[in-house]
Amino acid sequence: MRVLTAENELVEIERSAAKSIIKTPAENFTYLQKQGRDGLAGRRFVMVVDLSKCRNARKCMNACQEAHHLRPEQHHINVLKMQETENTPAYYMPKPCQHCDNPPCTAVCPVDATFKRQDGIVLIDNERCIGCRFCIAACPYSARVFNWAEPLHSHEDENLTYNVELNVPQRKGTISKCLFSADRLREGKLPYCVSACPNGVYWFGDENEDAVTNGTTKETVRFKKLLEDNGAYTLMPELGTKPRVYYLPPVKRDFPFEDATEAHNTKE
Amino acid sequence: MSEEKNIPESTKYETFTQKEYMIMKDDLLRPIEKTGIGGKIWIAFLTAVFFAGVVAYYLQESRGKSVTTGLSDYTMWGVYISNFLFLVALSLSSVFMSAILKLTHFEWYRPLSRIADVISLSSISMAGICIMISMGRPDRLHYLFLHGRIQSPIVWDIIVVITYFVACVLMLFVALIPSLSTCKNHLHNLPKWQLKMYDILSFGWKGTAEQWKILKRTVFILTVLVIPLGIALRTVSAWLFSTTLRPEWDSTNFGAYFVSGSALLTVAVMIIAVYAFRKIYSLQSYLTNMHFDKMGQAMVLMGLIYAYFNINEYLVPAYKMSGLHANHLLNLFVGENALFYWLVVLFGIVVPSVLPMFKKLRKPFPLTLIAVAVLIAGWFKFYLIVIPGLSHPLLPVQDVPASWSHYTPSLIEMSIVSATIAGTMLLVTLFSKYFPIISVWEVAEGKLEGKEEIINYK
Repeated sequence: MRVLTAENELVEIERSAAKSIIKTPAENFTYLQKQGRDGLAGRRFVMVVDLSKCRNARKCMNACQEAHHLRPEQHHINVLKMQETENTPAYYMPKPCQHCDNPPCTAVCPVDATFKRQDGIVLIDNERCIGCRFCIAACPYSARVFNWAEPLHSHEDENLTYNVELNVPQRKGTISKCLFSADRLREGKLPYCVSACPNGVYWFGDENEDAVTNGTTKETVRFKKLLEDNGAYTLMPELGTKPRVYYLPPVKRDFPFEDATEAHNTKE
Repeated sequence: MSEEKNIPESTKYETFTQKEYMIMKDDLLRPIEKTGIGGKIWIAFLTAVFFAGVVAYYLQESRGKSVTTGLSDYTMWGVYISNFLFLVALSLSSVFMSAILKLTHFEWYRPLSRIADVISLSSISMAGICIMISMGRPDRLHYLFLHGRIQSPIVWDIIVVITYFVACVLMLFVALIPSLSTCKNHLHNLPKWQLKMYDILSFGWKGTAEQWKILKRTVFILTVLVIPLGIALRTVSAWLFSTTLRPEWDSTNFGAYFVSGSALLTVAVMIIAVYAFRKIYSLQSYLTNMHFDKMGQAMVLMGLIYAYFNINEYLVPAYKMSGLHANHLLNLFVGENALFYWLVVLFGIVVPSVLPMFKKLRKPFPLTLIAVAVLIAGWFKFYLIVIPGLSHPLLPVQDVPASWSHYTPSLIEMSIVSATIAGTMLLVTLFSKYFPIISVWEVAEGKLEGKEEIINYK
């Protein structure tokens, strides 16, 4: 049989000579940590959020909380009700981590627990995090959550090997945040939130390929063209954080605005 | 064996005799020899408060911060951090109430310097503990050394806190060597270990001319070094806030603003400490009305400087009232926290800048009352700097429990904070029970050199 070596060489060996390697949890952990910190070479992930489509279905939030074992009040992505001034219309704005290219959070981390990868994703390593919460202070987008209590499934997750790209199992006393579903991207899939949206709000893709795919319709378009045609912007560009999440303005919505946000998740 | 051998023959004024020296020495060693019942109750009380805090910390860590503290994802830093800032402010006592006075030849510093140094060491120790108490994973503290990144202001803070702690230890104990030798030679009815401790810590001090020269040189170098270190400590603790993008902290004024606040608080804490030691240890002939008069004047100066920085910090943004600042500032000026804010302005800024201008109010008792008010207002000032702004982030707070938009410290948090303050007072008290709280040799030196300021004060 033919085998591809780690040095990218195709070699032929006897089938009987091959043996499968069973990794110990520690080896598996080291492997996951290394691939998690290295990131995906040659990729620059971007998200485009079309506010004209968001009807506050909140399927993105549910999918995200389920994937990352979060409590109802913990949001990697939160759909906010926005209204800039009295006379401008209210609209819903999904707000994940902006995966800034100039991230204030990673700058202040004292132990390199939160870091920026070559593919543009900002991750948090909860095996490293000391829980100082300086990154929460530094983030202007309120994108980070802290595990104040024992995490939701901490009992069931006890024997799972920690995957930094999924941030599961969550750990008490550490930070959690949106990961752009780095584990799904590694498998070539779209992020949990993007796939769960029923309204075509999210486009996700690679800046280097200049292509983004809609999570609902699976349509793929030119990234730059999408931004150009729709007057795209980023959140608080004046802060100089250089977000990798782009927004298309909430124009021409053909559905009424329903005031619902505050009813969710406000239980103590 | 002790200092009297080193009295130079020619003295400018004939104010100081061997007999006087012996009286002075007896006065200053007396508190070490016996502790009254009041003293014992005081020490027991502080110890109890401290251990209540230890129990509270155990509860916090075993039950989790979610139920034991008022903290949330928005107010992620609470009273532990504001109390940390308060204790760091006090730890600059050595800088403002000893080193700077020493270098600028304000001779009245002499009986105050050791009190200032003890307060510095005690409060910086407790400040260090405050950071650990706030951590989510105190078991990973050593990661700061294993994986520390120099880019992070927290790492700067750890470095400067540790350095300043070491400087405080040296500052205190180097200047203590001749006093320890005095203790060793003149105190007898004490436990063996205590005498042994004096022997070890006095490092074979004989009081030779050469030893004096080295000692004075070392103390001078430390005095010079402790000033930039203290300023760095205070400034870095301000940078923990001003290096973020939060509008209420995003200020180039922050380092200087914190240093000036610290100067005022060190004057206040010194007034209280001097009053207490003078009263309890009967040190009226060393800690005189003059000291209160001078410290009262210092309070006015520091109060006015602090007021100046407050005007810059609050009124300039308030004039513009940009969308970024409006929420926070209106909340303080006319909103939910208005009464709280204006009381802090009144007692923390107006009272210290104005009241001690009147000579009558610079007498020990009224000045101490003023100092207590200033110190309490100072504690709350840091609360107002750290906490209310956190409830007004740049994006709206939605979809979280209602309590998350409002922070109230829990009983556990307040117990731990009380413990750090009791701990500071306990360290100062215990020090004064084992070591002379006034530097005998520095006072003697001052009297010998017959400085005009001390001699001619009326």
